[in-house]
Formats: sequence, structure tokens, C-alpha cells
Amino acid sequence: MKLKPTLWAITCSALLLTACGDTEEKDPSFLDGNQQSGIKDASTSGLNNDAGINGSAMGGSLPNGGRSANLGPEFSDPNNPLSKRIVYFMLDSSQVLQDFVPVVAAHAQYLIANPSQHVVLEGNSDERGSREYNIALGEKRAKSVAEMMKIQGVSESQLSIVSYGEEKPAVSGNDESAWEQNRRVEITYQGQ
Amino acid sequence: MLLCGLHAPTPFAALSIEITEGTESALPVAVVPFAASGAPVDMSAVINADLQRTGYFKMLDQQAMPAQPSTLQEVNFKDWQAANQNYMVVGKVSPNGAQYDIQFQLLDVYKSGQLMGYRMTSSSNDLRRTAHHISDLIFEKLTGKKGSFSGRIAYITTSGGGHQLQVADADGFNPQTVASSTEPLMSPSWSPDGKRIAYVSFEHKSAAIYIQVLANGQRERVAEFPGINGAPAWSPDGTRLALTLSKDGSPDIYVLNLASRALLKLTKGYSIDTEPSWSPDGRSIVFTSDKGGKPQLYLVPSQGGEEKRLTFSGGYNSRGSFSPDGKYLAMVHGNGNDYRIGLMELASRTINVLTSGPDDESPSFAPNGGMILYASKKGGTAFLSAVSIDGKMQQKLVFSSGEVREPAWSP
Repeated sequence: MKLKPTLWAITCSALLLTACGDTEEKDPSFLDGNQQSGIKDASTSGLNNDAGINGSAMGGSLPNGGRSANLGPEFSDPNNPLSKRIVYFMLDSSQVLQDFVPVVAAHAQYLIANPSQHVVLEGNSDERGSREYNIALGEKRAKSVAEMMKIQGVSESQLSIVSYGEEKPAVSGNDESAWEQNRRVEITYQGQ
Repeated sequence: MLLCGLHAPTPFAALSIEITEGTESALPVAVVPFAASGAPVDMSAVINADLQRTGYFKMLDQQAMPAQPSTLQEVNFKDWQAANQNYMVVGKVSPNGAQYDIQFQLLDVYKSGQLMGYRMTSSSNDLRRTAHHISDLIFEKLTGKKGSFSGRIAYITTSGGGHQLQVADADGFNPQTVASSTEPLMSPSWSPDGKRIAYVSFEHKSAAIYIQVLANGQRERVAEFPGINGAPAWSPDGTRLALTLSKDGSPDIYVLNLASRALLKLTKGYSIDTEPSWSPDGRSIVFTSDKGGKPQLYLVPSQGGEEKRLTFSGGYNSRGSFSPDGKYLAMVHGNGNDYRIGLMELASRTINVLTSGPDDESPSFAPNGGMILYASKKGGTAFLSAVSIDGKMQQKLVFSSGEVREPAWSP
């Protein structure tokens, strides 16, 4: 059976309930409206004056680290490993695959040679499983990449880590191909 | 960047409710259309839908009703006995100035008398909520259990490139955005008094946990440590927040005392420990850990102490949450590519799988423990569903656009 009731906007005011005389008594405060009066107020007051409000959209992560406008031409040369800024992972794994070791190494060498550069390692997961667990998994992946860079000599101060779990998929879709592309760490250079 | 207390009306993206699975052994109840002149809400239809989706009742179709009485005096009980009804609800809604007077009676068809009757007054805007309260009264009278119709649900949506924390009525109507950000929002958790919500926001490009007062939209940042600040869960007494922090390396479970801001670390080691949830008595916390290799559920005393593994079957058990009576744990139960909502009886440790997958997550109990709300994905769309704890009744809350996830049922 399918029900399609009509929608009604509700503004909330106190609701009065009185029991019929010939029936059982209930506490009239049962529906005093306190619980339901709040949420609408939240829409009309509160953090509208907060300084953080009027920013423009930053957008999601661009697949190729699109914020790094000041990077050199080697970053856009497809034959240079620096042009690759995404490290992919196997299911439920945070191990950096052999294929991506040269990519991580190239960025590590670049960071060592350019100590004023700073990267954010953004860990991500596919959509399966629970969301907070996926946050943890994404962080574990980002930390694997960070460890590999540090072993090669990158200063910890050049690295930041954030995990978005499954909250920022690179591609939408519910199949293996989408999941593969979403299990990733993005190496994002901060603008200089 | 975050917008809170957004004034722009939330597009009424919701909603239709589809009853996707029913049960044969339900109690026959007829909610007779209320006599209503010009009321903007069909209250009897709201009550009928509320009762139907609990799975406890078999609602009589309007076409099959022998008559449409609106008071006890007008009822010919023999007709309703012949229609095999156990109970019926009659009522009327009449304008009274700017308000409406509502009267309803719950009748026992076989005893030919009234079980309960109320007269109440409501503003036009509150008619739907009033109908939900009537459903609560009827449900409790007929089942002895508290109804969950007049509560609210919080959930996260993604639309127009942004993320919103929304709060709606328990049936998904009247959605309102209470926080909005271009960066992800996650993991809403209600305070036990239903007045505040804790959630995770990435608005500064890193995770932080906020507590927001629903009444005025004001909020406070309670955790912004390096690394993960996630999975807030309010203690049943409202004084503490369990959460996940990775400031010491790997993600661990902590308890934050909201008054003193003292942090108690409950887990340690190199494993992922996350998704804390309190037992109703506040003594224990269930959490997800991969210390055995795969994510499984563990229990730890909320004051600290020895951990105990709870789940052994299935390769993936996560995001446990206690039923309000403390007898069950709902969880995400995964096998291979299939993630469903599982319900474990704590006494026997047996897990019943309640849903059909393949990507079900974020189970949240109704305050009466009778249903579990969860997020689901099928064919590229994300929606909320509810399932009765016996798995027999399924309903789907369909939102017309955008992704809807992480439902949390208010206390």
C-alpha cells in the first residue's frame, strides 16, 4: 500500500490538551509544546550572525589536486610521477600498493627539495560499511602515505592529514569500479 | 563554511511513505475518517498511517467500512463486528475561531464501548503534530507500549553541492535544516532531553564536534583535536559525550565530561576503535574495533575497564546501538559486499538479520524500541527506511531528491 499524504508546513506553538470529562484523565502538560517549539526558532535565529557564515563554496576535492595553482610544470607532465596525486587502496586495507610507491616517493622528494611546500593527505574510503569506521579507515590510509613520506625524509611539519571517509566520493556509483576509485588518498598541495 | 539556523525554508523535498512489507498477524483496527470541515490536515489519515507502519495493526480500508460515524453514539457495533474489527477510532475536527477543536474516541468493538476519549484544541499549524500525539495515545492504550509518533528524526542530506543537518517529524514530514555546510556533516546524536544535537562538522577542513541547541541554533565546539573528532554519543544522563579521537595515533574511544571538559580514555592500542554507543544504564559502551583483524563489536565499562568482544559471526559488525530496554544491539552486519541491519539479542548472542541490504547502515532505535530507522541505498538512490524489530514490517521514507543518510530518532 502506498500513501501520499499532503505536506503541511508547521510552525510550532503550544498545543493544548484537555481530557474529556467522561474519560480517563491525563496530565494536560503532556503536550505542552516545549519539545516542538524549538526547531523552528533555530531556523530564525542563532548562528545567522556567526562570522563563519558568508564564505563561498570551496567545492569538493578536485580529482587532480586542482588547488595547487602555483606548482611547476612537472606536475602537469603526464610522464612525471608528480602528475599523479592520488594513491588507491584495496578493500579494507591501508597498505600502499607497489604501483603507487613511485608516486609517493616522487612527492616525498619534491617536498624534501621544497621545504616551504605543504601537503594535506586526504584519506577516503568507498561507501560500504559504517561511516565513522570509514573515517577511521581513511585516516589509516592517509597515515600510511604520511609514514612512507616521513621515512624518506619529509618533515612532519610539511604534512597534514584529514580523513573524509566515505563523505567525499570521487565518483558516485554502487559498483566495484566506483568503489575502487573512491578508496584513495589525495595528495593536495596547499596554495603558496 | 557553515550556515546554521538557515532561515530559507527547506524545500519540502519529502516525501512519500511506502509500506514495503507487512504482516498478517496484526490487530484489526479501523480509523474512520474524521468528520472535518475545512481542516487543512486529514488527521485521521495521519493516524491511520502512523498505526499502520508500526506493524502491530491491520488497518481497515476506507472502502470496506460499513459506515462513517464520528462519535460513539453514531456507531452500530454489530456492523463493525461483522467487519471483523477489534478496535475503531472515530472523531471530528471543527473550527473554533483561529483554532480547531478535535475530539476522538477509541472504541472496543466487541465490548461495544469506549476505551479512551479526548477533546483537544490545536492551531491549524499543529494539526499534524496533534494527530501524531493521538497516535501515541492510541498505540499506548492498545499495546501498553509508548508510541514513537510524535518524536523527531535528525539526519544528514546532501543536495546542491552542500550538506545539511535536518530535523523532521518522525514520519519524515516537516523537514527543517538546522545546520548547513559546503563541507561534510556527520553523525548526529540527540541529547537525552531532545533539546540538543551533537554532530561532526568538517567546515574548517578538519573534523570537529559541535553541540547545537535546537531552540536557538546556538552551538558550541566541544572537540577539535588533531585527527579524528568523530562519532559523538550522548550518555543517558546527558552529562557526558562518548566520542572517537585519534590525537594519540590510532582512533580510540573517549568520554568527555561536558561540565568539567575532562577526557577519559577508554581504549588504547593500534587498532581502530570507534562508534561508541551507551547502554541505557550508562554503565557500558559498545564500540567497533578491528583489533581482531575485521571490525567487530566490543563492550567496555564507561568508567574504564576490561573489554569484552560481543560479535563473532560475520566478517563485519559495526556501529552497535543498544535498544532502549538494553536487551538488544542493532548493528551493521556485513558479509562480503552485503551490508544489512542485524539485531543481536544480548542474552543469547544470536544475530537476526532484519533487512535485505546491500548497503544498509546507521541503525537507530525508535524511543519505544519497536522499530529501527536506518539508511539504505538502492539503485543509486539513498533513502531512510524503518523496520520493526521482528523484521516483519518495513517502511521506506522517500525523499524526492538528494542523498539522505545517518538518521537518528529523538528520545
